[in-house]
Amino acid sequence: MTSETAPKGQGRSELGVALFLLALGVLVLVDAAGIPETAGQTGPVGPKAVPFVLGAALVVLSILLAIDVLRGGRGEQEMGEDVDLSHGTDWRTVLILVGAFLANVVLIERVGWAISGAILFFGTAFALGSRHFIRDALIAIALSVGSWYLFALGLGIELPVGVLKGIL
Amino acid sequence: MEALGDLINGFATALTPVNLLYAFLGVLLGTAIGVLPGIGPAMAVALLLPLTFGLDATAAFIMFAGIFYGGAYGGSTTSILLNTPGESSSVVTAIEGNKMAKRGRGAQALATAAIGSFIAGIIGTLLLVFLAPTVVDIALQLGAADYFALMVLAFVAVTSVLGASRIRGFISLVLGLTIGLVGIDLSTGQQRLTFGVPQLADGISVIVVAMGLFAVGEALWIAAHLRRRPAEIIPVGPARMNKQDWSRSWKPWLRGTGIGFPFGVIPAGGAEIPTFLSYVTEKKLTKYPGEFGHGAIEGVAGPEATNNASTAGGLVPLLTLGLPTTATAAVMLAAFQQYGIVPGPLLFENEPELVWGLIASLFIGNVILLVLNLPLAPVWAKLLRIPRPLLYAGILFFASLGAFAVGGSPVDLLVLLIVGLLGMMMRRYGLPIVPAIIGVILGPRAEVEMRRALQISGGDISGLVNTPLSIAIYTIIALVLLWPLVNRFVIRRFRTPAREVPVGHTHALVELAEEIAEEPVEPEPSRAASTTDRPDSTERLP
Repeated sequence: MTSETAPKGQGRSELGVALFLLALGVLVLVDAAGIPETAGQTGPVGPKAVPFVLGAALVVLSILLAIDVLRGGRGEQEMGEDVDLSHGTDWRTVLILVGAFLANVVLIERVGWAISGAILFFGTAFALGSRHFIRDALIAIALSVGSWYLFALGLGIELPVGVLKGIL
Repeated sequence: MEALGDLINGFATALTPVNLLYAFLGVLLGTAIGVLPGIGPAMAVALLLPLTFGLDATAAFIMFAGIFYGGAYGGSTTSILLNTPGESSSVVTAIEGNKMAKRGRGAQALATAAIGSFIAGIIGTLLLVFLAPTVVDIALQLGAADYFALMVLAFVAVTSVLGASRIRGFISLVLGLTIGLVGIDLSTGQQRLTFGVPQLADGISVIVVAMGLFAVGEALWIAAHLRRRPAEIIPVGPARMNKQDWSRSWKPWLRGTGIGFPFGVIPAGGAEIPTFLSYVTEKKLTKYPGEFGHGAIEGVAGPEATNNASTAGGLVPLLTLGLPTTATAAVMLAAFQQYGIVPGPLLFENEPELVWGLIASLFIGNVILLVLNLPLAPVWAKLLRIPRPLLYAGILFFASLGAFAVGGSPVDLLVLLIVGLLGMMMRRYGLPIVPAIIGVILGPRAEVEMRRALQISGGDISGLVNTPLSIAIYTIIALVLLWPLVNRFVIRRFRTPAREVPVGHTHALVELAEEIAEEPVEPEPSRAASTTDRPDSTERLP
């Protein structure tokens, strides 16, 4: 099922998915083992049963996936309107994008959504290759301030106001 | 007819000026967001969900009905004008639709899609009106074991029908079920997979997961592979059709509705297979076989009607049993839960105003969709030119905004990012997204029903299979699971290996459909002979 555009070495990296599933399965099993069986349990099936089944399923599936990959099976990369699979993964773009996202996570309660949201929008647009700095900044501020007011006035949801308290 | 009376009451709810405004807003926003490249109907609903937080439940669901149909229609506009559809349900539409657009018949393609969607939507919703009370009557008799069996069926169907490989489908499902595990076990109060983080004790909101897997995952995946030169967009005028287009479209619309609705009702994993079936049917029945592969209007009319009819059909299990069969239905279910509403047979008894108001809004939404989309087609086409950096920055912006509005804590944003990275990995390695989202939403409920059934039976495993329905469902599940073996050892011996139909493999289905489209159909010399011979274009006789 590998298309010609699939980068070489996908087989090995797909084994990483199997490894991820294995690690997740072990994590779920360890967590399940740590759940105490309580007296307040109603019915024969306690809180541990389903986590054990799912943890075991993850381990089994990781092995089945590894076997499938070693036999030449490949997951098909998703296509789309804006996806160009002829290049490898552009990690630089992804990293800047994740950085802008994390900046919002860290800043949202400190400086408020109106600023952190604008940073998120501007940063992701920059990461994706937009170089119209003034236009992007104006759109970013309009969106974040506009959505703050929409939520506060229209929907009755208070987004963090942060340092702009008293101004917005 | 009791259903008709309920429906009239529903219209009374939905036709107030304020609710009409919400329906209109829903259709407008749903179409606008759904048209944007990379945004399918499920993501459109998830992104617009926070807008309804300030509304009461009835108004919110009336708006949702609009978003639901608007988002679905927006997706088909994209596939006709851009050719590379982002979502699987409009993949087949793109084959003939884009060829029509290239030949300067984009307006006709959009018109037959819009009118076909309208007719299929109206008939489908009517079928829903008459079918729902019957299913509710049956559903009221169901016990925990039956519900558990139904959910297992949904799990198996969605993993076995969608995607390239079953292993990858099941991996996706189990990942979703594991995410659903996070939080406090309701019956014992024990924390599971919370790692001591207090914000995780309430579990991970399905809406955050949906936005993470669809919006953030999609944005990250596209960021990693952004096409530097935007795809070519074909300019288009207002959607319209001439007399010949009408006479060629109406039968495919009706046939498409007939194919699509039943596939929506059963948990068979979305619209890929019925739209493909519709395409093949239209190619077989058309009077203009030479046009297929070069923009035949039947190839747009049929699949588009099918798509919308299956969307309407999917509302039957969603509303009567609380079982979502598609990603969009799963997000709708999450929206219900946000309001503390549990879809199912009791919903029809306890909240008739809400349910029937919603159903009435589906009719209204359909009408608004038609009125709006025929003249506005050129405007929607312009939306496709939005610069990609701004589009995906906007998706991340609104996903973050929504996740924060749902949870109110930066931890929710971190969860959103982690689920988004998971979604990116799933896209990279061909793990289908839909089973994961169905797993997240149905997993916790399946566990509750399973434990309840076993509690009733005192721990005896037979408590899961003690009703005729549950036995029947497990038989179906066994058949679905064993089908590849049956196919390999029994059916293949009787079939010529001319062309394999790889069931459930979306891209293979598309390639197959394109192959069928390009295959020249010569006027057969002896029509009489060919009728006895089944002029079957899918399986060539040796």
